[in-house]
Amino acid sequence: MITSTAWVIITAILVATSCALVGTFLVMRKMSLMGDAIAHAVLPGIVIAFLLTASRNTFPMLIGAGLFGLLTVWLTEALSKKGRIFHDASMGIVFTTLFAIGVIMISLFAANVDIDQECVLYGEIAYVPWDLWIWRDTNMGPRPVWILSLVLVINITFITLMYKELKTYSFSPQLAATLGLPVGLIHYGLMGTVSFTTIASFESVGAILVVALLIVPPATAYLLTDRFHRLLLLAVLFGITSAVGGYYLALWINSSIAGAIAVVNGLQFALVFTLAPRYGLLGKYLAGRRIQKADPVLVSYPTPK
Amino acid sequence: MDLLFEFFSLQDPNIRYVLAGTILLGVSAGALGCFAILRRRALVGDAVAHAILPGVCLAFIIAGGKDPLMLILGAFVFGLLSMVTMDFITRNSRIAPDASIGMVLSVFFGLGVVLLTFIQTTGYVDQSGLDDFLFGQAAAMIGHDVLVFGGLSLLILIIIIIVFKELKLISFDPSYARSIGYPVKRMEFLLALLMVLTITAGIQAVGVVLMASMLIIPAAAARYWTDSLRVMLLIAAGVGAMSGVTGSFISYTAPAMPTGPWMVVSAALIFALSFLLAPGKGEIARHFQKVRLSHKVACENVLKTLYAMEEEDGRTDRVRPGNELRKRRHLARRKLKKVLSTLLRKKLITWFGGTPDGYLLTPAGRKEAKRLVRVHRLWEQYLSQHLQIAEDHVHDDAESMEHLITSEIEAELRKSLGSPPLDPHKSTIPYDSDEENTDNGTTGLKSRRKGGTS
Repeated sequence: MITSTAWVIITAILVATSCALVGTFLVMRKMSLMGDAIAHAVLPGIVIAFLLTASRNTFPMLIGAGLFGLLTVWLTEALSKKGRIFHDASMGIVFTTLFAIGVIMISLFAANVDIDQECVLYGEIAYVPWDLWIWRDTNMGPRPVWILSLVLVINITFITLMYKELKTYSFSPQLAATLGLPVGLIHYGLMGTVSFTTIASFESVGAILVVALLIVPPATAYLLTDRFHRLLLLAVLFGITSAVGGYYLALWINSSIAGAIAVVNGLQFALVFTLAPRYGLLGKYLAGRRIQKADPVLVSYPTPK
Repeated sequence: MDLLFEFFSLQDPNIRYVLAGTILLGVSAGALGCFAILRRRALVGDAVAHAILPGVCLAFIIAGGKDPLMLILGAFVFGLLSMVTMDFITRNSRIAPDASIGMVLSVFFGLGVVLLTFIQTTGYVDQSGLDDFLFGQAAAMIGHDVLVFGGLSLLILIIIIIVFKELKLISFDPSYARSIGYPVKRMEFLLALLMVLTITAGIQAVGVVLMASMLIIPAAAARYWTDSLRVMLLIAAGVGAMSGVTGSFISYTAPAMPTGPWMVVSAALIFALSFLLAPGKGEIARHFQKVRLSHKVACENVLKTLYAMEEEDGRTDRVRPGNELRKRRHLARRKLKKVLSTLLRKKLITWFGGTPDGYLLTPAGRKEAKRLVRVHRLWEQYLSQHLQIAEDHVHDDAESMEHLITSEIEAELRKSLGSPPLDPHKSTIPYDSDEENTDNGTTGLKSRRKGGTS
């Protein structure tokens, strides 16, 4: 029998792994904030699914949220193209408006909707062990673990099948288009996986902390390597260490697990940012020293500001 | 209706506070948001708004309660800290700005959540109101809050007015500002400071998540109405104020309704209306511009075709049947009919009944057609002579340029080419010299003479 502690840690690791995998492509593609936008904008989708099915059944919610995730991506792009405004501004308009609509819907149907914005924002991973999936009278274990495993399998399949395409696309969409790769398909495929990962994850870690797991581990890994597959593996590794570390930090100071995971992510990044051999502060400083030593002439010149 | 009257009579002091608070927020966020949008920092506000949470919690822990000034101070310090961190990360590593925004947003917020749960489990008595910082609780604003808030907003607006010129320059061309010796770094810091102030002040009304939208949406809506930054600021402030009023009104009439989200939705509605209806830049206006332009192009193409037929058989008195025009221009029957009726109305062509019936250029029409052919061929000549583009590649470009070249550009072309007799395809470029010219031809003639002597 697996203890509830183990279930929580397993859930956290599953979330961290899925997020790090798709997050790497987002960070490389310079679209990190799409995860943030999607995580917020799915709120109306969740409420609608809830109202239609009158239950907290996960699958309708996943579908409702998934549709709104893709809607966010599409609206952001359409608005930035048609409305001729910068991409970041159009994203800001779309996701905040959708989130506001979601909040209004919750207040409007407060009597029938048993979800509040707080649970969307924070999530509560500590409840995972009690959200059981009973199938033909057999206890199959916590439902989120099943869903997150499914999402992870989908993500890994998608990335393995499209690895080369995704890699090219995330470095240069223009090159990918010139090479004749199906850029639209790659883009919406990636955004689809981001949506599903975000939605499946935020039930347990909340909307904003999904963002931490999507962005911070890949960014941390990016300071350590120049190889794409190593980047992916390192990102997953950092995700997992933050998940486990966060759990124990939360246990220690008696706080929200999701929040603690984000904090550990921040600490890991700060550490790598200072100490990384080539791209960190220390590495850059040492490299500067080496150059000065090797070339004394340079030293006599004042360093340009 | 009664409700509306009751609301706007401002009898209830509570309404006065809420209304004042939301309007002030709308005005200052709207105005400041213009700079955020123009400098492509729209989502920085989002990160700052989230990053404020740990500051609020720490201030709460230190002060041991909800001292509004302490909370604002804590929020302010952390807002500024988050800005500095984002800047530091992007400056000192190869991490892109969007990733550093996302990191600061989520990690700071995570820290805030940790502190918040810490406060909740430690059992402070007075902690219930801290959540208001997350989701905003405009309706709970009391006189004291509004005073602090109003003071901050006023300060922000005054600073914007004082350093307007500098802010304008660094929003549009920071490197130019630097090169003429403006203190760009200091101005950027000031702008960051103002942004943090606005967000700190506004967060109590609309909450962490929606604060960003009050910075972005009014400014984005204002952009459709004007090209002047001054006007844009005023409009954005107005849109912000309007959404403040709407939000407060809705939550007043239906107390269960939250003010902040309704402010955002009303701002978004104003944005949608601006996007559709704004004259000049709105989607509908642009649609009609497109239709008008394509009609104009179709008209000019038909004139040109009539002229080409005259060139081919050298006869200006032969009527050209509509069918033949349709075949040559590949126009749908209905479209051609519209084009021809416009041309008839403008007396550029005339219609002759008979067998076969058809159309004939009037002198005015011939002159216009000649002008089109002339600028077309001049452009081709220009492309091949000055840009060394192969002569079989110049036609398509000229085909679209002929509709856009003004008489001034034509004069310039003739000046630089010296009014050549032939285009790269050895077709004659038709000049107006043999006709009595009035308005259009004078510049051409003059420049032609100049071009000839030089």
